[in-house]
Amino acid sequence: MNYGFKMLAIAAAVSTFGVGGVRAQSGELVLYCSANEDWCRAMAEAFERETDIAVLMTRKSSGETYAQIRAEEGQPRGDVWWGGTGDPHLQAAQEGLSAEYRSPMLEELNDWAVRQAETANYHTVGIYAGGLGFGYNTDLVTENPPACWADLLDERFVDDIQVANPNSSGTAYTLLATVVQLMGEDEAFEFLAQLHNNVSQYTQSGSAPIRAAATGETAIGIVFMHDAVAQTVQGAPIVAVAPCEGTGYEVGSMSIIEGGPNPDNARIWYDWALTPEAQEIGATANAFQVPSNVNAATPDEAPRLDQITLIDYDFALYGSSEERTRLLARWDADIGSLAQ
Amino acid sequence: MLASKQTNTRAGVIWLGILLAGVVALPWYRQNSLLEGPVSSALAEGLGGRVWLLPGVIIALVLATLALVRPNWRREPVSLVLVISGMAFLLVQGFSIGLRGPAFDAVGLLIPAAMDGQPGLGWGGFVTGIALLILLSELLAARGFCRGERFASGAVVVITALLALFVFFPIVTLGSSAFISPDGTLGLSQFADRVSAPELWRLNCLRGDGRCGVVINTVILGTLAATLSTLLGLALAMLVARTDFRFKRALRAISILPIITPPFVVGVAIIVLFGRTGILTQLGADVFDVRASRWVYGLPGILMAQVLAFAPITFLVLLGTLEAINPTLEEASKTLGARPMATFRTVTWPLLKPGLAAAFLLAFIESLADFGNPLVLGGGYEVLSTKIFFAVVGARYDLGNAATLAIILLSLTLIAFWLQVRWLGNKSYVTVTGKSDAGLAAPVPPMIKFAAIAVIVPWVAFTLGVYVIVVGGGFVHDIGRLDLTPTFAHLRTAFSFEIGAEGLRLYGSAWDSMITTLQVSAIAAPLTTAIGILTAWLVSRQDFAGKKAFEFGTMLSFAIPGTVVGVSYVAAFNVPPVDITGTMVILIICFMFRNMPVGMRAGMAALSQIDRSMEEASQTMGAGGFATLRNVVLPLIRPAIFTALVYSFVTAMTAVSAVIFLVSARHNMATAYIMGRVENGEYALAIAYSAVLMVVMITCVALIQFLVGRSQLGRRKQLQGSAIAAAAE
Repeated sequence: MNYGFKMLAIAAAVSTFGVGGVRAQSGELVLYCSANEDWCRAMAEAFERETDIAVLMTRKSSGETYAQIRAEEGQPRGDVWWGGTGDPHLQAAQEGLSAEYRSPMLEELNDWAVRQAETANYHTVGIYAGGLGFGYNTDLVTENPPACWADLLDERFVDDIQVANPNSSGTAYTLLATVVQLMGEDEAFEFLAQLHNNVSQYTQSGSAPIRAAATGETAIGIVFMHDAVAQTVQGAPIVAVAPCEGTGYEVGSMSIIEGGPNPDNARIWYDWALTPEAQEIGATANAFQVPSNVNAATPDEAPRLDQITLIDYDFALYGSSEERTRLLARWDADIGSLAQ
Repeated sequence: MLASKQTNTRAGVIWLGILLAGVVALPWYRQNSLLEGPVSSALAEGLGGRVWLLPGVIIALVLATLALVRPNWRREPVSLVLVISGMAFLLVQGFSIGLRGPAFDAVGLLIPAAMDGQPGLGWGGFVTGIALLILLSELLAARGFCRGERFASGAVVVITALLALFVFFPIVTLGSSAFISPDGTLGLSQFADRVSAPELWRLNCLRGDGRCGVVINTVILGTLAATLSTLLGLALAMLVARTDFRFKRALRAISILPIITPPFVVGVAIIVLFGRTGILTQLGADVFDVRASRWVYGLPGILMAQVLAFAPITFLVLLGTLEAINPTLEEASKTLGARPMATFRTVTWPLLKPGLAAAFLLAFIESLADFGNPLVLGGGYEVLSTKIFFAVVGARYDLGNAATLAIILLSLTLIAFWLQVRWLGNKSYVTVTGKSDAGLAAPVPPMIKFAAIAVIVPWVAFTLGVYVIVVGGGFVHDIGRLDLTPTFAHLRTAFSFEIGAEGLRLYGSAWDSMITTLQVSAIAAPLTTAIGILTAWLVSRQDFAGKKAFEFGTMLSFAIPGTVVGVSYVAAFNVPPVDITGTMVILIICFMFRNMPVGMRAGMAALSQIDRSMEEASQTMGAGGFATLRNVVLPLIRPAIFTALVYSFVTAMTAVSAVIFLVSARHNMATAYIMGRVENGEYALAIAYSAVLMVVMITCVALIQFLVGRSQLGRRKQLQGSAIAAAAE
């Protein structure tokens, strides 16, 4: 009887698998997605409905995806890399891992998105943007909330701030590059060393600090503002703050993987993902970034870039491998080695 | 004797036939999957322009002709030369002509057609390789390898080749990058700099100022976790095997829980209990009026999670050892007048030593390789496994540094292994001899029993606490913020389905990963067990040249941290000749070679207690190696087979570190999905999925228990003077 049951279970498993196989005949697209899972899933479903191309989607962080694409260099398995901070996309472009493509949609995009494409010789393009900031837990910070980067050095926040480790997280690297551009390099490291006294933990994932703040594990998390807003929308006692001194931002990007198995479908996805309709899907999946298409509606909750003091972030310089390696080595030496 | 010789010759001919089929009939190359491909054999491809395939075809044909004209071909030196040159040809053509052209310019000049490159091997290529290996083992056996035992010789050759391909080759590929500097030059100085970096070896935490190096952290954690879990495992094993303790069944059940728990959830549960806003932390803060702190992040948290996870492993190892100790020895001690404590100290304890060492070693290595717990609970406490992971996936991709750290981690494991060998020495632990052993196991002295109970009670309380969270957390609105409104919403997100006109439609986001996970585990578990037990039998029962190196090779596959295995597999198997990334096969192979040492260790521990005389009796009566293994050895080591099956099945379902790199859009695994949910802060969904996964695993383990059965040694189960308690079991 057990054998019979087992065979039945296996037969059921095989038949479910078979259904997926039949559907795949109208063409496939292998999507490496580095945005949050809900958003990835919603995008994949919408694209399948629109084009009848079956999407095989994997969600991994941008660092993991970059490592995978690099490991698969000889024989790429993926077609499109959609989402995630711009830096690893730029790095992939620099190393020839992504293909050049000039989408007809480029003229509908915001300046910052086109600039991202130009920096990478059209090997990548901006699909959304979001400002760096921090979020605090209103249950833990009840009076005199922090409004500027400088406020984070306040003694009352000792052991109560979290930020990711720039070696593992694009978010934290954006913070490092932002303060360097904002204050000058030596002053920036002085600031980070003082901030270190208040930091309880350098997390590995970029958005982990705001999740910790949402559950009260820490009072303040330094993250992209849209991640903080997403927590607020989901009911956490979080307030997102755009620092008064000005702040940097990320340009979430998309690249076509050089030599992928379905290059034609990859271009169909690329053009589609830049349309206003595709870009408005984000808001339905708790992603409150600013879309790159000028005609796409920015979600009401999204932190407006025009209401934030933005610095003139030099993506070409701070996205290059040499500068990144140099700054991270200095971070390791000056900050990473300090006693906890 | 005459009859067996004829079978021997025929068996060799069958493999010759398979070899011929491999080169002239089966599709040589793969296409989109391993199953489908152009039905174009090596012969057809060779005649169609890929001339480098022809020598192999010719070798196969010559070998077949030779076997036809010379009945005694297995002893001809020229056969051996042919088989070896056939294998050399297979390797050379595979590695010198890649997907997009030749690896060396010279090859392109010599054979212009090679400029177009060639895809990875398909069925034909793999069948040819296997046939050549088996033929090689036949010829070696005919020349006296493994004392002429054909089955053993075949097993040694095939397993060695598999280890070389799936353990050494990827690691050598990756390891070589430890000696390559960022600008691509080869150099030892680069390696020396990386190995001696102060952030690896700092001892500041021991002096009380600042943090220790990551290597020191790893060793401290490993030693503490292994010691504590071995002690716990011993206490558990004692209570279950040697006392009339009333809740044995409950203990067994509870101790199984951590083994079938997917990664990350225990970490999440510990945060929910002990985090700064954790239930117990808040309670403690209210009662003792202290500021809630983040003490759990770092060493204490990881240690808690690891001891919880590894105690059951040590328990299983020690239980096996305890149950296999021949009670007549203890009875003899008693008859000679020793008091219970003296018997325990001089008879039972020394016999436990191999088990203790094996348990400690297992827990230590597991702790070194553990990835999920340090990731969730690590805080500022860095260990090698996570450091390697972030060296690869971090903002600064540094394969060289990852490889260097991997070498250090590997060395640590090997040192542990060496210490174990030193400690055990060459003493004999044989207690199952085939002679009458109808005694009853003696209960342990009361003192030890109470000590064990004192250790177990807090552990049980802690485990139950964690599992209340794990089981309940998925069915309330938001456990992280203590919003305890009951809901099935998380379960519905993951596993919703509809039965309509079109039959069963699965909508939940977790179905794909769940189905793949079940398929992979169900295929991998029996294969892993088979190769593990077979290896154990070879190592403990056969004598052949290079046995030490062979044993070392199998340990290596266990010692390499999963993250490194994952990256090295992608690097080694994404290109021809063995081009299998993105398939389900690579997942199965990865599990096979990562988990086989557990089956092997369990098998060796069991075999070390079984006297060879029974197998010798079987062989004297004319049984071959395979018949003896099947009819005598396997029935005696059933508990080890059960352990190996359960372990490999469950690990395949819960492993994460290597898998992250090997899952693809088509074949996603449950743990990779859960890791994504935890990363994203969707704790409730992760917990709900884990709970479902655990139910599935319990069902499957029960099924395995039903199919394989547990200990079948012909011994009475009762303890002396405790027939009633035993009857209740």
